[in-house]
Amino acid sequence: MSALLELSSVTRRFGGLRAVSDVTLSVPQGEVLGLIGPNGAGKTTLVNVITGVHPASAGKVRFAGEDITRVRPYQAARRGIARTFQIVQPFPGMTVLENVAAAAMFAGGLSYGQRARDEALQHLRFVGLAEVANSNAAALTLAMRKRLEFAKGLAMRPKLLLLDEVNAGLNAAEVDQALELIRAIAARGVTVLIIEHLMKVVLSLCSRIAVLHHGELIAAGAPQAIIEDPRVIQAYLGKRYARAQAGAHG
Amino acid sequence: MKRDASIALVLFALVALLPLSGEAYWMRLGTTMLMYGVLAMSWNFIGGMAGYPSFAVAAFFGLGAYAGAVAQKFGVPMGFAWVGAGLLALVFAALLGVALLRLRGHYFAIASLVVAEVLRELVNSMTGLTGGGMGLNLPIPAMASVDAQARFFFYVMLLLAAVTFTAMLITANSKLGFGLRCIQQNESAADMLGVDTTFYKVSAFMLSGVFVGVAGAVYASWVYYIEPPDVFDVLYSVKAIVMVLLGGAGSMFGPLVGAAAFLSLEELVWRNYLEVHTGVLGLMIVLLVLFLPKGLISLSQRLGRRGKLR
Ligand SMILES: Nc1ncnc2c1ncn2[C@@H]1O[C@H](COP(=O)(O)OP(=O)(O)OP(=O)(O)O)[C@@H](O)[C@H]1O
Ligand SMILES: [Mg+2]
Repeated sequence: MSALLELSSVTRRFGGLRAVSDVTLSVPQGEVLGLIGPNGAGKTTLVNVITGVHPASAGKVRFAGEDITRVRPYQAARRGIARTFQIVQPFPGMTVLENVAAAAMFAGGLSYGQRARDEALQHLRFVGLAEVANSNAAALTLAMRKRLEFAKGLAMRPKLLLLDEVNAGLNAAEVDQALELIRAIAARGVTVLIIEHLMKVVLSLCSRIAVLHHGELIAAGAPQAIIEDPRVIQAYLGKRYARAQAGAHG
Repeated sequence: MKRDASIALVLFALVALLPLSGEAYWMRLGTTMLMYGVLAMSWNFIGGMAGYPSFAVAAFFGLGAYAGAVAQKFGVPMGFAWVGAGLLALVFAALLGVALLRLRGHYFAIASLVVAEVLRELVNSMTGLTGGGMGLNLPIPAMASVDAQARFFFYVMLLLAAVTFTAMLITANSKLGFGLRCIQQNESAADMLGVDTTFYKVSAFMLSGVFVGVAGAVYASWVYYIEPPDVFDVLYSVKAIVMVLLGGAGSMFGPLVGAAAFLSLEELVWRNYLEVHTGVLGLMIVLLVLFLPKGLISLSQRLGRRGKLR
């Protein structure tokens, strides 16, 4: 497997704060990588660095073999990097279909017209929103808006999908639905980087997990190794989690 | 889109009949309405579609007026001078857009407001070229009669309004218009979705400048005397905005309806309340915008829906 995304010594400063500090990480094509860490660890900032919203202060970001450290967000989108937002951001005054059609046109490269709409509708069927295609996006429930984010992400024809806490605020049944959806997306060959606080989700989806703490990458590896790593337990998972795990194992 | 185009065709054809009235008063009012229609439709590109509250209309208008006037002073034929004024406004809008459209909201509004002031001072100081505060006389077009002249400028404004409307209709039904709507809704989300926001905003700004530039040049020829405070008047910007809000922002016919309604109100109020006319006019507009937030055009949509028996 060749690396689709490569971060080398990436740092992002906000004034005196190093929100992301000297992170080196490579994500192979087809992987589902989990990114975990406490609040304020720099997870969202890392996504913003990759997408060009807050470009790296130092270090390099390479995507599909090309240097994208300095590209603007719209250029990253057109290259095949799609993201969902921690706080969902639909175009409220447009229909659900138009929201997805916009993604298909501007990032997916389709021209204005029926084809973009047809393709948008396909994605809406895939995420189960076809019925509300012509409703106003502002009228959707939170769970539906999160699914709309998935549909938009897919319409961008991404090579890499960055999911920032797509399950926050969802109930157990909705989380299960979202899990199904992410699996189906990964099965299409899309590389996924998922930021998630629910360990259940991370463990059931990811082939590898990376852990951020105070902006630094403190561990990266197979799920089992990560949850047993003392530094990770210390920094994020906590003693109670470790004890529960130990109890479960015998 | 076809429906809007047909309605517009009928509308413009009806307006084209106005000179049959033969009355100088109606000709002058009609020409003025069409000119303000051009200003309002132009503002719609940047203000209505992209959601950037531009006050640069007066700057484009004054620039166009002076460009047309100065060009004619140097012997450029009238028609070429008008087109040249439009092109100059287009280029100026591109440069200005790249500089100003980084700002958002109030900051953009204020920055765009200052541009007309700066240009006015510039024109004031370039006495050799522009006549400075003395103003500038334009050649009076050689025409058979005063009536023929009035008709000529009326049809020129009508043509310009039709061209501006066509540009607006095409834009609204294209990827550019769709991208502008995305920007208006949420600019950073649009950026993330692959919209080249700078390019789209600058394009909208250029469209909002070019026709106003021509309108300014035509206006200069029409009144054949211009001076800085007259053509760089901030009221051109304010009125264009009020007209669009009055008619309905972001809609196809809103700007034209707004321009016609505003000027009709102004005429009416001015005749009946000579002393307090600006106060009365302002009050009526505030009430209209308050009670019809989507503009006068939403009235026809409401009636239309009721008429459809659904
Ligand atoms: N635009 C910004 N300007 C200044 N500081 C910022 C900015 N964005 C993030 N930060 C800071 O960077 C640090 C990392 O924030 P970030 O949002 O990346 O954390 P996170 O891991 O996503 O946290 P959470 O789990 O709460 O979403 C925080 O201290 C935050 O305050
Ligand atoms: Mg975050």
